[in-house]
Amino acid sequence: MMQNMTYGAAINTAMHMAMELDPNVLCFGLGVDDPKHIFGTTAGLQEKFGEQRVFDMPTSENAITGVGIGASLAGYRPVMTHQRLDFFLLAMDQLVNAAAKWYYMFGGQVSVPIVIRLIIGRGWGQGPTHSQNLQAWFSHIPGLKVVMPASPADAKGLLLESIFDDNPVLFLEHRWLHDSEGLVPSGDYRVPIGKARIVREGEDITLVSMSYMTIEAIRAASYLEKQGISCEIIDLRTVKPIDWNAIFASVHKTKKLIVLDTGVTTGSIAGEIIARICMECFSILTRPPVRIALPDNPEPMSFGLTKHYYPSNESIVRGITSMLSVDHDLSVTVESPVLHDVPGDWFKGPF
Amino acid sequence: MRNNIDIEMDLFYTMLRIRKVEEAIADRYKEQKMRTPVHLSIGQESVAAVVGRQLYHEDYCVSTHRAHAHYLAKGGSLQAMISEIYGKVTGCCRGRGGSMHLIDTAVGFMGSTAIVGNTIPIGVGLGLSLKLAGHGKVSCIFLGDGAVEEGVFYESLNIAVLKKLPVLFVCENNRYSVYSPFSKRQPAERKIYEIAKAMGATIYHGDGYDVLASHDVARCAIASIREGGGPCFLEFETYRWREHCGPNYDNDLGYRTENEFLSWKARDPLEVFRVYLVGKCRVSKQVIKKMEEDVDQEIEVAFELAETAPFPKPIEAVTGEYKSTEANLNCSTYKGELTT
Repeated sequence: MMQNMTYGAAINTAMHMAMELDPNVLCFGLGVDDPKHIFGTTAGLQEKFGEQRVFDMPTSENAITGVGIGASLAGYRPVMTHQRLDFFLLAMDQLVNAAAKWYYMFGGQVSVPIVIRLIIGRGWGQGPTHSQNLQAWFSHIPGLKVVMPASPADAKGLLLESIFDDNPVLFLEHRWLHDSEGLVPSGDYRVPIGKARIVREGEDITLVSMSYMTIEAIRAASYLEKQGISCEIIDLRTVKPIDWNAIFASVHKTKKLIVLDTGVTTGSIAGEIIARICMECFSILTRPPVRIALPDNPEPMSFGLTKHYYPSNESIVRGITSMLSVDHDLSVTVESPVLHDVPGDWFKGPF
Repeated sequence: MRNNIDIEMDLFYTMLRIRKVEEAIADRYKEQKMRTPVHLSIGQESVAAVVGRQLYHEDYCVSTHRAHAHYLAKGGSLQAMISEIYGKVTGCCRGRGGSMHLIDTAVGFMGSTAIVGNTIPIGVGLGLSLKLAGHGKVSCIFLGDGAVEEGVFYESLNIAVLKKLPVLFVCENNRYSVYSPFSKRQPAERKIYEIAKAMGATIYHGDGYDVLASHDVARCAIASIREGGGPCFLEFETYRWREHCGPNYDNDLGYRTENEFLSWKARDPLEVFRVYLVGKCRVSKQVIKKMEEDVDQEIEVAFELAETAPFPKPIEAVTGEYKSTEANLNCSTYKGELTT
């Protein structure tokens, strides 16, 4: 059975499901039981599962990560939340030197089954330290898994899968997606980590995307379809480990590749994908691959400064038509919000 | 006090065994077969021994880069530790961790790591798990005086106090963070135990070289934690005899005086305790001699096994990133020729 719900509600549903399925699942972090419940995603958990399993924590990102690791070594499955990824940067020692290393470093004896929910974003004045998309950082650390769902169904399925995975998983939620709606399978629905989703089949070009950029990719592809251009969209869903087979298969078909990234350009997941595709599919490509990502500078705050900062469906359309050497009328845009710094015209801030 | 003789013999045995293991490592280090940094516990055996004596295998323990003593005192396998230092497949981490990363889950030694303060919150998390399970067990965290300068120490102690977790913090104050003395790192008159007290922990402070007094402190603290009294913080004054990292003495470097070292060495808890046992407790010299021979024999066997054990197969270097074969296969970017 399918149910229409928001991405945020899908996360909440997955949390309820996981805590029902396994009494060892814990949920903690700053504000999980506050009146706003992490954008609604932890609503009802403490009432249902008690203060022993669902609890607020001090503003100590590094220590609470270590506490989660310690509890996981004793058989618990903690789900931690941070209201922005940027706060979690205080916890790099525990993430990199402990969580990521424990299983390998101690000879495969004990693993760290924790999920760390991090909220990423862009726009509406969130600025340099409230909107970073550091998936490439995390992916660089052996031992971590990094998932970035784009749809409500994937948010539910990947969160459940992450919680019951025996390894540390970083679960990156884009703030622009929490209010997006979609059909979500009911029950214990799981989406495997490391498997991409073909969002749309196409012939002319492969678009590889992640998280919010999948939404922009769909907009661009719908627009170009009317222009007679057929785009294949692969939503990675997991950026570590990457579903290479899905990308290889698509590139073999379309022979052209654009990778869309929510992070900055240098050292990005997009760069990694293009490197490997060039190394292994060089003779198949008929055009040099392109990455569309953020500029290599901190994200500015001002409405004025962000106007041309983010890649949009327009940038994607431009990238595709340029690669295909097709002329088109850029004045005709697709169903985008009127303003560049909000997920929809309904949004009145703040995030 | 005669009925305490078993405990006293046990404390002596643990200190003696740690001392002899560490000296054996130091003696053989020049052979270049232990190709990993070692931070020896010589001079710091007593604190590990008194705390270890009060812990059961069901209790948890985490530690630091200088972990040999803690691991052995908690009951960790000597053979697995020596093999690990030799990088062999029979090592406690199958050669992936080395001297600074020891683990023996069978006895509740849940891991030591190299980064200062790194295991403190992990020990608190283990304490959280014990509180949730509610069985009167203890999570013991060994830390040095340097760790008190890390932010995570305060964060972790706060959480332990706030949630009244069954956690024992054991701070071995050996006065130096590598070669930097406490006086260069903290204001004059600063007392570590007073910080812990101000944060709400039950504290004890004492001379780590006074074995019986330290043992009493550890016994009381651990009993209080088991009864639900919340976290305790113990600070013991102690002293590292050898260099920060390696088998030698390093007083010639000039960061501390030879006299300071000699003043601690003159109070060697192992020798003081030996005299106490033979003199006051009338333990026969033969009994002690037999104990020494047994320990020497055990160490000899541990080194023999380490030397003769194979290295892990080279393929193990590039496998086992994740707990799940499928994920490893999907993810591996290794393109070399290690197939066996």
